[in-house]
Amino acid sequence: MDGEPILQIADLIKEYQRLRAVDHVSFTVKAGEIAGLLGPNGAGKTTIISMILGVLEPTSGTIIISGKDIAQSRAAVMSKTNFAAVYAQAPGNLTVWQNLYIFGLLYGVADLKNKIQSSLEEFSLVPFSNVRAGVLSSGEQTRLHRAKALLNKPKLLLLDEPTASLDPSTAHNIREKIQLYGRSTSAAILWTSHNMYEVEAVCDRVLFLSHGKILLEGDPRRLPAEHGKRNLEELFIAIAREPLSLELDGD
Amino acid sequence: MKVRRIYAVCLRHFFLLRDSPQRFGILFVHPILDVVLWGFITRYLDAVAHSGFTFVPILLGAIVLWDFLVRVQQGVMLAFLEDVWSRNFLNYFGSPLTITEYIAGLVVMSILTSTSGFLLMAILAGTLFGYRIFTLGILLMPFLAILFTFGLSIGIFIAGFVFRFGPAAEWLAWPIAFFLSPFAGVFYPISILPTPFQIVAKLIPASYVFEGMRNVLSTRQTSISLLLIGTTLACLYLILAYLFFVRTYRVALKSGLITRFSAEQV
Repeated sequence: MDGEPILQIADLIKEYQRLRAVDHVSFTVKAGEIAGLLGPNGAGKTTIISMILGVLEPTSGTIIISGKDIAQSRAAVMSKTNFAAVYAQAPGNLTVWQNLYIFGLLYGVADLKNKIQSSLEEFSLVPFSNVRAGVLSSGEQTRLHRAKALLNKPKLLLLDEPTASLDPSTAHNIREKIQLYGRSTSAAILWTSHNMYEVEAVCDRVLFLSHGKILLEGDPRRLPAEHGKRNLEELFIAIAREPLSLELDGD
Repeated sequence: MKVRRIYAVCLRHFFLLRDSPQRFGILFVHPILDVVLWGFITRYLDAVAHSGFTFVPILLGAIVLWDFLVRVQQGVMLAFLEDVWSRNFLNYFGSPLTITEYIAGLVVMSILTSTSGFLLMAILAGTLFGYRIFTLGILLMPFLAILFTFGLSIGIFIAGFVFRFGPAAEWLAWPIAFFLSPFAGVFYPISILPTPFQIVAKLIPASYVFEGMRNVLSTRQTSISLLLIGTTLACLYLILAYLFFVRTYRVALKSGLITRFSAEQV
């Protein structure tokens, strides 16, 4: 990957009273790259994504998106960023079309009505256009969230467990669409997942987090062997159970 | 500040109102019930008092104006609570929307809903009970302006309070107008209140409106200085409420409350 850096995080720290949730994290995601942010529950993945979105203020450190510091130019930066997360549901009392229209206005999408129509078609949501989001099945809701996340053609796409609770076929479909989007637009994508098969299939690079620190970084297809593990899942389990041994390993 | 994003906040609530008979109905049910109830009470009082004093402009006029204030406050608060109930803050504040644009959207929505309710009450009071609120003349404008500004400040303060303390703090959102009404002199002159209550009344902008309204009805004039005090207080409270909401937002950014809004924090 030799694209321009889209997301640059430097020395990021987040502290809650006595707890340090994110500890001196630095990394870059380049244009056209899909980076996986991995780690056990509570490792700090969602905290990092929240800080990139500007809904959580870092204790210190900088977040630069497309050359602009989020602390100074949040609104401008966010119009070229988007996200999807299992914990960020679209308002269930608006229809699919209304949700996309409202978010399209917020993100300043040009030619919005036509863009919504093509998104509905792309994500097989046309039959649900006038259905309230709250009564959709979880798979249909996930498709709506993906459609919302891609509506403004973001240069930086943040996906927090984008295929959680989906059946394998729908998850495969979603993965393909996101990969295709990344390749066709050279967007930078930051992806968190607990599905190691998915991570290996999709990500160009992974960062393993534990207790708020990045312990490992590299190609998901080569990293397991480099650390004496058979596959990514085994490496994940080792990091989750014995992060210290890998920290020493890394040293 | 982008008008398009303010429009998006308003449109979200417009869609909710337009597509939900329950929400749309509640905009008008209370005003209709208030006019009908107080209209008949005033008619009854007129009939039994035989004093030559007509209660209609004093009581019905007061209820129309008081209801306007409540509608303004609830217009802001309900639009905010819809986002609480649908856990929409992460979607909103993870987008380019700024906190000022969000508040502006709530205010515009409140203008639309409270104006609709006020016009309906004015029409009903005129048609059913012969009370013409517009006989207050040009003074109606400063009266409405003070009530509107004060209603906004209460609505924004309550929204900030719920934002700070979580969904359980909603208990304060609904009865706050009732807490204030004894001190606002809606139905009686402030002078009949005990002295400590009169001091509280002087801090409430609405009390200057209702005193002014009674003066206009009895003497056809009112004190400009009282209106100026009412306006100044209402503007001051609006600024304080805005600052409180923004401050709460900044605290929420530090504490992570926006991402976990359903988790209550004290």
